[in-house]
Amino acid sequence: MARSLGEPIPQKSGKAMKVDKITDWIWEIPPSEKTGMLVPARIYASEKLLKEMDEGVVDQITNVACLPGIYKYALCMPDGHWGYGFPIGGVAAFSTHDGVISPGGIGFDINCGMRLIRTDLTLADVQPRLRDLLNVLFNKVPAGVGAKGFVKIDRKEMAEVMTGGVNWCIKKGYGWYQDRDRIEGGGCLPGGDPSNVSSHAVERGIGQLGTLGSGNHYLEIQVASNENIFDEKLARALGIFGRDQVVVMVHCGSRGFGHQIATDYLRVFDSAMKKYGITVRDRQLGCAPFSSPEGRAYYSAMICAANMAFANRQVITHRIREAFSQIFNEDAERLGLETIYDVAHNVAKVETYEIDGKPRELLVHRKGSTRSFGPSRSEVPTLYRDWGQPVIVGGSMETGSYLCLGTQKAEAETFGSTMHGSGRTMSRHAAKRMIRGTDLQRRMEAHGILVKAVSMSGLAEEAGSAYKDISEVVDTMDAAGISKKIVRLKPIGNIKG
Amino acid sequence: MTQAYTFLEDTVLSDLAFEAKGDSPGEMFQAAARALFEGMANTRRLRPRIRKEIRLKNTEIDQLLYDWLSELIYLKDKEGLLFCDFSVQLTRNGEWNLLAAVRGERIDPKRHSLRADAKAVTYHQFEVVQTETGEWKARVVVDI
Repeated sequence: MARSLGEPIPQKSGKAMKVDKITDWIWEIPPSEKTGMLVPARIYASEKLLKEMDEGVVDQITNVACLPGIYKYALCMPDGHWGYGFPIGGVAAFSTHDGVISPGGIGFDINCGMRLIRTDLTLADVQPRLRDLLNVLFNKVPAGVGAKGFVKIDRKEMAEVMTGGVNWCIKKGYGWYQDRDRIEGGGCLPGGDPSNVSSHAVERGIGQLGTLGSGNHYLEIQVASNENIFDEKLARALGIFGRDQVVVMVHCGSRGFGHQIATDYLRVFDSAMKKYGITVRDRQLGCAPFSSPEGRAYYSAMICAANMAFANRQVITHRIREAFSQIFNEDAERLGLETIYDVAHNVAKVETYEIDGKPRELLVHRKGSTRSFGPSRSEVPTLYRDWGQPVIVGGSMETGSYLCLGTQKAEAETFGSTMHGSGRTMSRHAAKRMIRGTDLQRRMEAHGILVKAVSMSGLAEEAGSAYKDISEVVDTMDAAGISKKIVRLKPIGNIKG
Repeated sequence: MTQAYTFLEDTVLSDLAFEAKGDSPGEMFQAAARALFEGMANTRRLRPRIRKEIRLKNTEIDQLLYDWLSELIYLKDKEGLLFCDFSVQLTRNGEWNLLAAVRGERIDPKRHSLRADAKAVTYHQFEVVQTETGEWKARVVVDI
């Protein structure tokens, strides 16, 4: 419901909270507004997005501001919406010495993320074969409830996936060497320890490499046209030449493997909080000191899931290359199917920030938020270090997506974080009440977007009208200087679970 | 006997929420399992062809419900099964003991009218209560 700005935001508890305007794009809730807040909560949003933001966001981000060891601010990105524990779009940094780690600040789908793959093909090349291409992709990249992938591995190899991530894929022939240089963390985060991962997690995930999942996960064929390029030089640096160039976007994560790790450790943290005398405002914010045995065990298991997710998107990339090669009767290399970048938007990472002139190590939780490092930062691949880290922002199936670049201002203000998507405004149930999947499919086809979905009800839940205006979200962070928009990508074909 | 579930339509934006109830905790556990699988598929199209037995124990009834639903999600992924028939016996001897027989079949996208895949049970607004009339109720949010 729309509110006047400056009005206190009503809470479900009945207590209204004061929101101070810091700039046109930053809104702050001071610690005086909720008992236990250790730092202010800051929401990045335009006036329009703030007015439309659901009230749960304010309650949840101020709960995050109460967590032990939180540093500077609890942050919410402009695509923020009510989640569980942290809001989706929540960012929080904790001291690695006396702060906590919380699975609720990462999400069940550990290293849910986005990959963008370029091609040398144009809309004119792909349009005549689009339906065939989608059919092949639909078979090669299984989606939906219970889908199993084509990769058959044993437990020993699964352990290699947990520690090796994309390196394992390249060794097995599911990737190119240069892919590794175009993935956050090189597609292999250090510190994974399979001994902290349960058998249940391994058994859930062992058959799922190369699968999309369901919900809002998708594989999308998109077009970069000249009028949607906002900075030609930087677009070229990212491999985008425009002229209706075709690209492929993938949104998925660590599948049942990561979901089970989060489930297992929520139980552990539920007990650990009593042991460490921690109380939280929401049980889903269960946490433990990062330096505790429980905290360290979860971190190492979470890294295993993050590496599995990078491997999952890599195997899917391999299948996409196969599909294009089959349809266009040409090697994927010759079709230019290079990875542009791959980002994690549900993860916690140890990162160093210069604070008061001194380097300080922090554990940054991003739940529905993309890292947005600027130029020069050592974590950004050499290929992009002069320009900043690519930020891939997935929109709804109908409205399009964006490729942006990170900034040094993000490092100074938001622990190098920006939005991850457009953010829901309508519940799944409400979307299904208003839209039928088959009607949506027809409507999208009339607008030049072919869709293949395992579930028609799942399709209805992902209608564009269930989401915020992605351009408003991206423009907010562009205007705030947190991420710079480079290219808008329009969908022409979508596969979902 | 009251044994039912209701989907809570606008409790959360991106997830699946339901309330399950029953005259006994066992009935409430059965209703919660039905709601979980109804969120994933049209359970009327499922046939009870494969039987699995589940044994769990926990000192806390709410934690046992979390374990029960999490175990069903695990079996869905591990075995590729969807369930439609649940028989739950709960006993309490210092701690709660669950013995359940569940029946279902292998996932078939062509027949089962698949919906959203359940990732995990969350603790968000998670609650198990026994009302003054003796009825058992649970509120569950599932991440999908």
